[in-house]
Amino acid sequence: MNVESQRVAYGEELAKLGEKYKDLVVLDADLSTSTHTYMFGNKYPDRFFNLGIDEQNMMGMAAGLALSGKLVFASTFAIFATGRAYDLVRQSIAYNRANVKIVVTHAGLTLGEDGATHQMLEDISLMCGLPGMTVIAPADAPETRRVIHAVTEMDGPCYVRLSREKVPSILEDRQFKIGKGIIVEDGADVSIFSTGITLNIALQAREELKKTGVSAAVLHMPTIKPIDKEMIITSAKKTGRVITVEEHSIYGGLGSRIAEVLGENYPARLQRIAVRDKFGESGKGWELLEKYGISSNEIVRHANEMMG
Amino acid sequence: MQKPTSKPTTHNALSATELKTLRLKANEIRRWVIEMVFSAKSGHIGGALSIADVLSVLYFKELNVDPKNPNWDGRDRLALSKGHASAAYYAALALRGFFPKEELLTFRKINSKLQGHAYKGVPGVDVSTGSLGQGICVSLGMALAAKMDGKKHRVYAIIGDGECDEGSVWEAALNAPFRKLDNLTVILDRNEFQNDGSMYNILDTGSMEDKFSSFGWNVISIDGHDMQQIVDAIEEAREAKSKPSVIVAHTIKGKGVSFMENNGSFHGKPPTEDEFEKAIAELDEARSKI
Ligand SMILES: Cc1ncc(C[n+]2csc(CCOP(=O)(O)OP(=O)(O)O)c2C)c(N)n1
Ligand SMILES: [Mg+2]
Repeated sequence: MNVESQRVAYGEELAKLGEKYKDLVVLDADLSTSTHTYMFGNKYPDRFFNLGIDEQNMMGMAAGLALSGKLVFASTFAIFATGRAYDLVRQSIAYNRANVKIVVTHAGLTLGEDGATHQMLEDISLMCGLPGMTVIAPADAPETRRVIHAVTEMDGPCYVRLSREKVPSILEDRQFKIGKGIIVEDGADVSIFSTGITLNIALQAREELKKTGVSAAVLHMPTIKPIDKEMIITSAKKTGRVITVEEHSIYGGLGSRIAEVLGENYPARLQRIAVRDKFGESGKGWELLEKYGISSNEIVRHANEMMG
Repeated sequence: MQKPTSKPTTHNALSATELKTLRLKANEIRRWVIEMVFSAKSGHIGGALSIADVLSVLYFKELNVDPKNPNWDGRDRLALSKGHASAAYYAALALRGFFPKEELLTFRKINSKLQGHAYKGVPGVDVSTGSLGQGICVSLGMALAAKMDGKKHRVYAIIGDGECDEGSVWEAALNAPFRKLDNLTVILDRNEFQNDGSMYNILDTGSMEDKFSSFGWNVISIDGHDMQQIVDAIEEAREAKSKPSVIVAHTIKGKGVSFMENNGSFHGKPPTEDEFEKAIAELDEARSKI
């Protein structure tokens, strides 16, 4: 299986889209060599603005450009887009329903060596809290390409969450539709829900569980808002046991959203795997996921416990 | 390239021995930066090398700190607002005796104290930083607290010039003169580079001297690699009454390793093995000539 970078896929796709959409404008805040928006900049220097290290101003300018008819992509690391610039995103972008696509990279622990100051684990929570904000975390590079196309076609603000590490191209030939989950593998005993790059980990756990006769379904939820309620309820009804896994805080991420859906519609046994009220630290990305319990071992352990 | 707009007056000339010590320490800091980033295969070299001379003067001449008692209440405080230059900061602290030098090679590795960006869990570090445009605000708070309590220590902040793109820097710049925080010295590392390269291709911020001056600061403009000028500036700032001081230190990003100087690609990229060896050889050669 190919192992590819979501960031490179993003940069390449933007550069392609520039051809078709003449009013596409891309903004960055002095991280374009890391987010890969520079690829668009090289091709369309007149529509690319590397604004400096001023994320708040970038979000405000993004809103202004969008309210003047431009199709705007604004990129930086997840931490700075949603942390530093939160109020600008809320007031100037979301409240105005400005057509701004906030595409961030380096989300979560797999950002690695830069450490806790840069490891954003609360962004899904922050962005889902904003009325009208669509929130998407693709699993791999091929899905990233489709997501970038899809958000270009939709009207209104959205948040797309990408990671730093290269990941296996699992969803090479799967469809993407905003608001729809993807049944990656079917199963009868337990439903494992994942978002973003942890899909890989969920699939490893499924293989492990198979060895001991446990049949796990793996469901990828690229869109966290609006969430695919129907798929969650259907799968919970089928397996009766639900596990969620994500590279995010336990508060307000995919696990929380699924807990809400189940709690209101079909209470079922649920175990959430996420970062439990901690800041991250420096280290290699995958090594950190292990240390913080975002691992196939943890999924397997919980699944076995649930099986009794 | 910008030049210093003036030159501070020398009141205390460094002796030949003092000058030699400061240069040797700066050289050691640089060497460790290269070792640490190479070992971690990750980290920020350029902006660490540009402040090595400033750190040498701070830790080996000017700062009133006690490595045996890092939390001593009377110590001078420092916020490395450009927290990505952590490698140079940790090296300076270890060389000053805050913790064993051997620990430096755990930099950026899992389970280490030496987090990627300046981290308060490291002895000698007063505040965690890394998200640009925050350390300077924290330094204002520390200076204000010292004023309120009638304490005599000074507060220092080291900020990047790219960092000055952040609005919060200017919120602090408005506040400090109004509150007459003359116990505060901000050192601005004016290397004219940021993450994506030269500021002239991203956001040309013009004269920092003029900007801070119009905001009401005592402005001192220096060559940030001239030990005597760094000493003069820090001492002049200490004498300033009723105004905070900013030292605009004109520096070279990557200073001390020829192929890293003014080279945007060494902002956040580790050296290859070949580059590593060349860099160490250059620094050792420079050391033998001090
Ligand atoms: C708020 C924020 N935005 C973006 C970054 C990513 N970043 C780290 S260093 C850097 C460039 C800093 O430039 P400068 O302040 O001039 O530092 P130096 O040249 O001394 O390395 C950027 C954009 C960050 N750490 N914090
Ligand atoms: Mg700089």
